[in-house]
Amino acid sequence: MKHARLMQYCSEYWEEALSENKIKITINGIETLCDRDDTILKVAKKIGVKIPHLCNDKRLEPYGGCRLCIVEVKGVPRPLPACTTPATENMEIITDNDSIRKLRANLIELLLSNHPNDCMRCERTGDCKLQNLSYEYGVDGSRFEGEKWDLPIREDNPFISYEPNKCILCGRCTRICNEVVMAGTIELTGRGFNSMPDTAFKKPRTLENCEFCGQCVSTCPTGALTDRKGRGKGRSYDLKKIKTTCSYCGTGCNFYLNVRDGKVVKVTSDTDAPVNQGNLCIKGRYGYDFIHSEDRIKTPLIKIGDKFVEAAWDEALDLIAEKFSSLMKKHGNESVGAFSSSRCTNEENFLLSKFVRTVFRSNNVDNCARV
Amino acid sequence: MPAKKTAKKADIKDLVIRVCVGTGGLAAGSQEVMDEFGSQLKSHGIKAEIVKKCVNKTGCRGFCAKDVLADVILNDKSETYQLLTPEMVSRIVEEHIVNGSPVKEWLVGPEYHAFHDKQTKILLKQCGHIDPEDIDAYIKIGGYEGARKIFSLEPSEVIEEIRASGLRGRGGAGFLTGLKWELCSKAEGSPKYIICNADEGDPGAFMDRSVIEGNPHSVIEGMVIGGYAIGANYGYVYIRAEYPLAIQRLKIAISDARKKGFLGENIFKTKFDFDIKIKEGAGAFICGEETALIASIEGKRGMPRAKPPFPAHKGLWGKPTVINNVETLSTLPTIITQGAKWFSSIGTEKSKGTKVFAITGKIKNTGLIEVPMGMSLREIVYDIGGGCEKNCALKAVQTGGPSGGCIPASHIDMPVDYESLMAIGSMMGSGGMVVMDDTTCMVDMAKFFLSFTQNESCGKCTPCRIGTKRMLEILTRITNGKGREGDIELLLELGNSIKLTSLCGLGMSAPNPVLSTIRFFRDEYEAHIRDGICPAAVCKALRIYTVSVELCKMCGKCFKACPSAAIAWEKKQPAKIDKGKCIKCGACYEACPFNAIL
Ligand SMILES: Cc1cc2nc3c(=O)[nH]c(=O)nc-3n(C[C@H](O)[C@H](O)[C@H](O)COP(=O)(O)O)c2cc1C
Ligand code: SF4
Ligand code: SF4
Repeated sequence: MKHARLMQYCSEYWEEALSENKIKITINGIETLCDRDDTILKVAKKIGVKIPHLCNDKRLEPYGGCRLCIVEVKGVPRPLPACTTPATENMEIITDNDSIRKLRANLIELLLSNHPNDCMRCERTGDCKLQNLSYEYGVDGSRFEGEKWDLPIREDNPFISYEPNKCILCGRCTRICNEVVMAGTIELTGRGFNSMPDTAFKKPRTLENCEFCGQCVSTCPTGALTDRKGRGKGRSYDLKKIKTTCSYCGTGCNFYLNVRDGKVVKVTSDTDAPVNQGNLCIKGRYGYDFIHSEDRIKTPLIKIGDKFVEAAWDEALDLIAEKFSSLMKKHGNESVGAFSSSRCTNEENFLLSKFVRTVFRSNNVDNCARV
Repeated sequence: MPAKKTAKKADIKDLVIRVCVGTGGLAAGSQEVMDEFGSQLKSHGIKAEIVKKCVNKTGCRGFCAKDVLADVILNDKSETYQLLTPEMVSRIVEEHIVNGSPVKEWLVGPEYHAFHDKQTKILLKQCGHIDPEDIDAYIKIGGYEGARKIFSLEPSEVIEEIRASGLRGRGGAGFLTGLKWELCSKAEGSPKYIICNADEGDPGAFMDRSVIEGNPHSVIEGMVIGGYAIGANYGYVYIRAEYPLAIQRLKIAISDARKKGFLGENIFKTKFDFDIKIKEGAGAFICGEETALIASIEGKRGMPRAKPPFPAHKGLWGKPTVINNVETLSTLPTIITQGAKWFSSIGTEKSKGTKVFAITGKIKNTGLIEVPMGMSLREIVYDIGGGCEKNCALKAVQTGGPSGGCIPASHIDMPVDYESLMAIGSMMGSGGMVVMDDTTCMVDMAKFFLSFTQNESCGKCTPCRIGTKRMLEILTRITNGKGREGDIELLLELGNSIKLTSLCGLGMSAPNPVLSTIRFFRDEYEAHIRDGICPAAVCKALRIYTVSVELCKMCGKCFKACPSAAIAWEKKQPAKIDKGKCIKCGACYEACPFNAIL
């Protein structure tokens, strides 16, 4: 009986799913439903099948450059990239077998054959997709000795370090710069073995051509692009990651403060953040110096004469309450108001406006955001 | 004297001089020859406007080895001169045009006729006959009749006609043109576009260039037909900026066609609008790949993207787009006027019609030819091409340019069509055909093509960007005498994996020249690696220069030429080369007047 009901449920489920124009595909023997035009990679991820890739970032359009996500599709004589191939009705996919692994291993070998392989002193060790793949597939680049890039590290600006020798040409940096930021600072240049991401005419990054949002750094899967301010201050596994909301504006972007020995050493993206999906601006990513600034105000200050004097919170709040009350008593509720900062969160702004309207009984409330 | 004068006046009405002024002709000095004909005729008292009328320029007729070529047609009798220089013109005018007796020793020989007789010219028929800058000349031979005719048909009927003709794309992949059009015509989205692919980047290929230079209106007419069939009102011609003459003639042709009402609004007095824009490319081979080409027109870096979606569904600016090759498009008018049945009667079962090839390399008659699909390689090489230069033995023929493979001489009787070429590990490509004799080193040849594809790779995907580089490095070390055991296997492994994992046709086919030469000439690779010998004596690093005591005349020229002091020589003594000091530069070999350096 139970079984019959289950069967019925299943068939209803399939019918309903199919009626919504869902299609059925099979990945490694697992049948699943997905939308027409979902990529194989997307569906595989959803059902927990891992497919390696280097050039894919969910913030970007599918690219198909690194070729590591190749899979076998029944009836197709050559492997297809999972990241760009749309699912079609009754597609049967194998994501891992000897021949696919061999082709992937070849690709990793090729990437490593033009790589300094200096993981020992690399900023990204432990948090590098290339390193992980090399480990997983057990290959290095030594079978294909030959020319390797020998280009100097580029630190022509305060924020972004670029080590071209470590670049694997996944194009993520250039795509995020053009597709998401739309700054057009970098693009792939050159052809063949000498193609590389760069600025126009290899000019240094300055405020004239770059936003310094560090989006390129956030997407780079290797040590080619790193945050200059955090270099040498700890690798991913040395750092405690504390999720927080950016304090610069009311958008509410999330990110991780990377902390070591009580000090923030860099900011990294949280690609699952609902508001910003890992995207940040220059302030959020690089404007954290104030946290440990000597000049930072850490307690309320009360002005006595023409001098500010440090005070306790209770003392300050009492003073504020008292002053507001007396002003309102003397000049009426409309005589007071509040002005909040766009560096506060939406919720804080909301609370303030509620406070002014219900406690002050005044409509004098505003915010500094005047863009 | 009066007799001569009357002869001249009477004859001049019926005089036509056609000089081949394609890029090949121009390089050989055809403009100067043409100008000289003009001034010579004028100096014989013929009025300037008559001279202008009877001295015509034409596009390339294909036999570039004999440029400058010119026809002198007097009283309907045509004679063709070859290898002309301006200095020769006055004698031709004097003896042939004025006195009526052609200069026999300058006329073309039997090889000119052999070269042309075996060809079937559909698309090149008018190249070399009509003035490409004169729309009326094209109309006079039936031009734009095809375009006129389609407007009495439904677009779907036009597509059906092209489908029935069996025409396949001439840009390389050989996709059925009618099917491509049907997919695009049914695709949702508007506006739709038709793009003419005139990027032609293969080394040694000049088919598309010659067609545009010789008969630009046929391309425009083809685009009108395609545009009407798929419902596109806009066309682009993507042409490389290195083709200035083709661009210039195309511009003239487009503007003349607009004036006649063949382009623009309500063309041919119908309700259909169609116009064409030229987009000049910066000369990247990869921009011939259709999705890279689209990116380039859109102002982006020319890099291919994954298909699907195919351009027929999502092409230029995301709209349904058909991309066809120049040759494909310029074949269309004839198919429409002569009918699908006629076209499909030429060629083989699956490869219909004719194909233009640029034959180059170690062959006597280099040039541009058009033959029916399925003609044997032997006929092409020996009957049309005249066999190898200096009567050397044929070794192989490379088809499909850098994406193709080589066909060994033992397969000389194979038919040349899409399927047969594919089966042997080569491809039709755009129609380059390089003939190699026994002085060609196959490893060196493979290295040449691979260095081309490596340089032209867009860099987007790993296998093509780094893989071809590594293959090239292995080939370089083999030709430098530093090859190792296992190198051939490594080349095969890499080659096959690059073919399987690359994103676009460039990477997928780049290893072909290497894989096919290993397949047919593995012994040559082995000789380089194991014995340190280049059997064709091409790879300098593998040569061991010695002096033949019998041939040496003891002149000492080699001694003076050697930059490395590796040659010992004294007066009246044969020279001797010290192998240890020799840097294999070949200077002695070049310097010896008696071929005594071996
Ligand atoms: C690397 C590469 C280069 C190409 N170059 C050309 C070219 O120069 N001209 C051309 O017509 N097609 C070229 N193609 C083929 C085009 O992508 C496309 O298939 C063709 O233009 C379609 O036209 P057709 O159907 O008339 O052959 C190239 C393809 C690849 C992969
Ligand atoms: S710098 Fe990083 S993100 Fe940019 S292409 Fe190279 S590896 Fe990819
Ligand atoms: S195969 Fe080569 S040319 Fe094609 S996308 Fe990849 S890198 Fe670019």
